[in-house]
Amino acid sequence: MSTTIAFARLEFQIVYRNLWVAISVALMTLFAVVLTVAGSSPVGELGVDRLTVSVASLTTLSIYLVPLIALLLAFDAIAGELDRGLLALNLTYPVSRASYLTGKFIAHLLTLMIALGVGYGAAGILSALLGTVPSESWKSLALLYASAVVLGAAFLGLGYVVSCLVRQPAAAAGLVIGLWLVLVVLYDIALLGSLVADSGGVFTSHVFPWLLVLNPADAFRLVNLAGGEAALAASGISTALHSLPVYMPLVSLLVWPAAALLGAWCLFRRIEP
Amino acid sequence: MTVLNIEEAVKIRDHRETVCHVNFTVRAGEQVALLGHNGAGKTTLLRLILGLTPLDGGSISILGAAPGSIEAQRAIAFLPENVEFPRTLSARELLRHFARLKGEAGSKSDDLLERVGLAGDADRRLGTFSKGMRQRLALAQALIGEPRLSLLDEPTSGLDPIAQAEFYEIIRELANAGGAVLLSSHALTEMEAKADRIAILKDGKLVANDQLDALRRKAGLPVCIRVSAKAQNADHLADTLGGHRINGRSVELQCPVGDKMEVLASVNAVRHLVDDIDILPPRLDDLYRHYSQREDAIS
Repeated sequence: MSTTIAFARLEFQIVYRNLWVAISVALMTLFAVVLTVAGSSPVGELGVDRLTVSVASLTTLSIYLVPLIALLLAFDAIAGELDRGLLALNLTYPVSRASYLTGKFIAHLLTLMIALGVGYGAAGILSALLGTVPSESWKSLALLYASAVVLGAAFLGLGYVVSCLVRQPAAAAGLVIGLWLVLVVLYDIALLGSLVADSGGVFTSHVFPWLLVLNPADAFRLVNLAGGEAALAASGISTALHSLPVYMPLVSLLVWPAAALLGAWCLFRRIEP
Repeated sequence: MTVLNIEEAVKIRDHRETVCHVNFTVRAGEQVALLGHNGAGKTTLLRLILGLTPLDGGSISILGAAPGSIEAQRAIAFLPENVEFPRTLSARELLRHFARLKGEAGSKSDDLLERVGLAGDADRRLGTFSKGMRQRLALAQALIGEPRLSLLDEPTSGLDPIAQAEFYEIIRELANAGGAVLLSSHALTEMEAKADRIAILKDGKLVANDQLDALRRKAGLPVCIRVSAKAQNADHLADTLGGHRINGRSVELQCPVGDKMEVLASVNAVRHLVDDIDILPPRLDDLYRHYSQREDAIS
């Protein structure tokens, strides 16, 4: 346990010095503030409070940003340390491999939690200052935070998997960018394309909902849209989702980090530093 | 007391035995030099002892524990040949991390920085460190927690002679305190008079493993006696003593160790021609060449 903390502490020091903490906090805060302030103009007098709109925009933003930050934090964890000879040196100490990987994960997750906390917190405070915020909106902001942390954990795990698979840090960096493009951008485009081509057939009613919920980023979107009033905005998608149990997006979102971290652990165990 | 015991160790890589049937022990308080060409298997053998790579045959025990076990790692300190430290951390921060991994108080590591001569640079970023300073830091982490077995892979590479001497002094202290030290090197002459025992690896086989004197005796390498003549007498001296001229003034004689006194007596007989005399015992380099060129391995 104490060695896990030692690894977490060192990794956090490194991430902090490398300005990763500062960069991710700045990114999240910048977007959160812009979306909260600018997001109000289209709403006008519709009667929806500022934070609700902000949460909907932040959800969409987080789908892109949280996986990216997580993958960039994680890709170097094994491949980089292996390349620099530090993994070998660390493992000659009386430590378990589990404590090494867990320590890294704790430090990276903490970085994400700080960045998301400051960013979303800024959106909440700003909304409260500019108008009244109903308790429902605070709840959806809390749900957004918790689910974004889980999404981040999933992509940290995927980053470690990539880092274990390739021994060169440069290759790992390239591969995580590719993974991000596929899972976060191309996957949705492909699904949309299939929907159009299928035009309401069996694919739309039975295959598409499962494909949607199987992707961690989409599961995150569904978890957050289901709760708030913003679900209306996604009505096109929600009709297709009736064939799914309502808890499926949440299950998918929770299974992803567990599966990714388990996969990373299995690969990491077999690495010869 | 035997700290490290290796029996019939085998490591196969790419269908080739990179370590083959090595038997080897290191006792407490002993300082052993592991010599060999690049690719002779030195680093692989160290990695086997560290448990970083699994054995394909035979056994290794560190104070009765298997390589890679927590008990073994607790006893071991390792100085790797190549390691790149995080550039944004300071020496103090990194050393405290390693101390925590060994279950030591972080503040204890500050004394170690003093011992390797880095106290003044403890809070500088490692990215600004020179090769020699990084090597000192690597040594400092290997000193944490009074290791029972220190494995040092090319510890003095990249160091100037004064720093090398300081390094060997610290390593000697480790052995004097009862620790077993195994260090690999290809800087041969550096090892002379510093190691209690010399082991030579060649193509994964142990071709020599003994004290320096014994290795000299077994190798039967000749002693070289260099006689420099007084002015104009070099030809005369070469005719009288035999041997061969190496420059305008000196004659070099090679003889077996046992015949040394007889040769000296014959030099003494013509001492009116002699200006000076040097006796050169076979050096580690010669021994190394002798043993690493032999085909047979010792068991």
